[in-house]
Amino acid sequence: MRFAGFDIGSRTLKLVILNENGMIEEKILPNKYNFELQVKDLLPPDSYDYLVGTGYGRHYFDNWENAETISEIKAFAAGVNWYHKGELTILDIGGQDTKAISLDPAGKMKKFAMNDKCAAGTGRFLEIMAGALNLELSEFGNIALTAKRAEKINNMCTVFAESEVISTLSRGALASEVALGIHNSIVERAIGLLNRVGISQSLVFVGGVAKNPALAYLFRQRLDGEVIVPENAQLMGAWGSAIIARKLWRQNNDLSG
Amino acid sequence: MSYHKMWADLGMNLEAHDQLLQVLSDGYQKQFLTQKNRPAGMQYLDFVVSEIHGLRVKELVDAQQAGRKVVGSFCVFVPEELILAVDAISVGLCTGAEVGFELAEQYLPRNTCALVKSSFGFKLAGLCPYMETSDVIVGENTCDGKKKGYEQFKDLVKNLYVMDLPQMKSVAGKELLKAEFIRFAAYLEKLTGKKITAASLKEAIRVVNAKRSAVARLARLRAASPAPISGLDSLLINQIFFNENPERFTENINKLCDELEVRIEKGDGVALKDAPRILVSGCPMAVPNWKIPAIIEQNGAVIVGEELCTGERGARWLTEIKGTTVPELIDALVERYWQIDCAVFTPNEDRLASVKKMVADYQADGVLQYSLQFCQPYTIESGLFEKQLEANGIPVLNIETDYSMEDMGQLATRIEAFIERIKQ
Repeated sequence: MRFAGFDIGSRTLKLVILNENGMIEEKILPNKYNFELQVKDLLPPDSYDYLVGTGYGRHYFDNWENAETISEIKAFAAGVNWYHKGELTILDIGGQDTKAISLDPAGKMKKFAMNDKCAAGTGRFLEIMAGALNLELSEFGNIALTAKRAEKINNMCTVFAESEVISTLSRGALASEVALGIHNSIVERAIGLLNRVGISQSLVFVGGVAKNPALAYLFRQRLDGEVIVPENAQLMGAWGSAIIARKLWRQNNDLSG
Repeated sequence: MSYHKMWADLGMNLEAHDQLLQVLSDGYQKQFLTQKNRPAGMQYLDFVVSEIHGLRVKELVDAQQAGRKVVGSFCVFVPEELILAVDAISVGLCTGAEVGFELAEQYLPRNTCALVKSSFGFKLAGLCPYMETSDVIVGENTCDGKKKGYEQFKDLVKNLYVMDLPQMKSVAGKELLKAEFIRFAAYLEKLTGKKITAASLKEAIRVVNAKRSAVARLARLRAASPAPISGLDSLLINQIFFNENPERFTENINKLCDELEVRIEKGDGVALKDAPRILVSGCPMAVPNWKIPAIIEQNGAVIVGEELCTGERGARWLTEIKGTTVPELIDALVERYWQIDCAVFTPNEDRLASVKKMVADYQADGVLQYSLQFCQPYTIESGLFEKQLEANGIPVLNIETDYSMEDMGQLATRIEAFIERIKQ
């Protein structure tokens, strides 16, 4: 049996396939905005027995056979709960939104909050800020970590922050210090969102942006409890979906979940 | 039949208005007519909506030709009873769509709430036949957006009357409301040349009480499981409440309620018995603002109550007919309107109690607090209420949005996740 979890995110597509015992396949591809074709390529006929779709493009799966859709929030909660039991808080920073989710000791979703309409503090924000500093996204976090002090970046609006970064640089500020300032502002905003759901002793940081080392470092500095960045942070939504797909299939076939 | 001549006579923008009606009709088809197992009584509402800028407006124009006046307003604090007591017609004005925003922004800052912007937009774009027929438009000092807006709106319309309102439920506040009702009554008498008599006011109170009793009856029936009628249809009824002929409305809603009682008896409904039951609470939703209820119900939940101005906040209380003179009857009206728990009041603990009571009465599983972006009174209250309701074990989702469709995806994610949270 093959159980697929498919996360159609705004910037990337993520697929996890499980069997009864564990993972047999995982993939991350950039979203080329004709994801219908990409999904078809990734999921040839008979490639799965049950599928759960999530992410902003999840409703693409609405009329598929042996498939259903769940919100990213449920998917992340299920994925994280699979690895880390007990009461915890999840922070997911994705391509175009940020989510904070609190789980109770039984792993149930207690409360969640999402960022407002704009892309402030999301992966897209990081991309644009790295661009304004002429840095690759992959080196952005590491360069921020070399700074001894941070330039204060006040604007959270992506458009205003970009011009603030440019004017700060032209004043002669160091790129690394501006980079640290940008990371600080994302962390502050994320903590504001986390406070709306309550921050427990364990924070699990997931989503594509969790790969950024400076953010994880700054969260550890700012928060009292532990900050866990799972190895497959970016795949967590697809993982959770695949786990739910397996559970649903078992329930539908009268096997204990 | 075509109403183009009537609309042209009213000075409306025909081309843009045709487009608006097309959008309205498409939206209605898609959101309302695709619902499963709708009560037959909703056909009355389907007809009213199809003629919302047509036949109903023609009735107003005909009434004006027969010497009656039309009074347009935006708020549940404007006492319809006084309007009816001078044989005038009370109508709610258009504020529920993103139209004419560019024109409105020549008067208002961009970060003004969508409802206030929409009122300007409808006027400036010539798209609201109710504004154009109104012999007077009654504004009211509720929130700052409206209050300051009226200072400019008065130059855009032929006749604006602004009613003051208190902000605290104090003795002095109640005196102010009473003084404003007396001033409004005198104004209406002057406008129409008709005297308010004890008999005419008593009759007006009876008519409005009957209308409010009909929607209260509908509200009570929604406590049944499975829900006998959708939240979308119920919201529509609460919206049409403001524009329809009150007696015709009352008669038809009571008929619909008769039908719902039979449904409940048979255990028939519009949603599954285990569908999550949601209470929607917050800012008013004016026609055609159906965005949030549509997402909720398309995702398998059912709305069982509206704690909105276009809902119970507007219609909950009846006027107790006490006294035999006009001043005594106005006192009775003041008593009734004084109970409205609008977020412009401070403190406003009664409203939290109302929300909790509705959750209990209609067995809601969660509360969706709906705020229009930049509406400070309701947005600020939603933060306070969220903590208090969650502390009572009631799941809450706060949504802040406007009339645009660009955040539909994000809203759907939140609402789906909220429904998942309730279901687990």
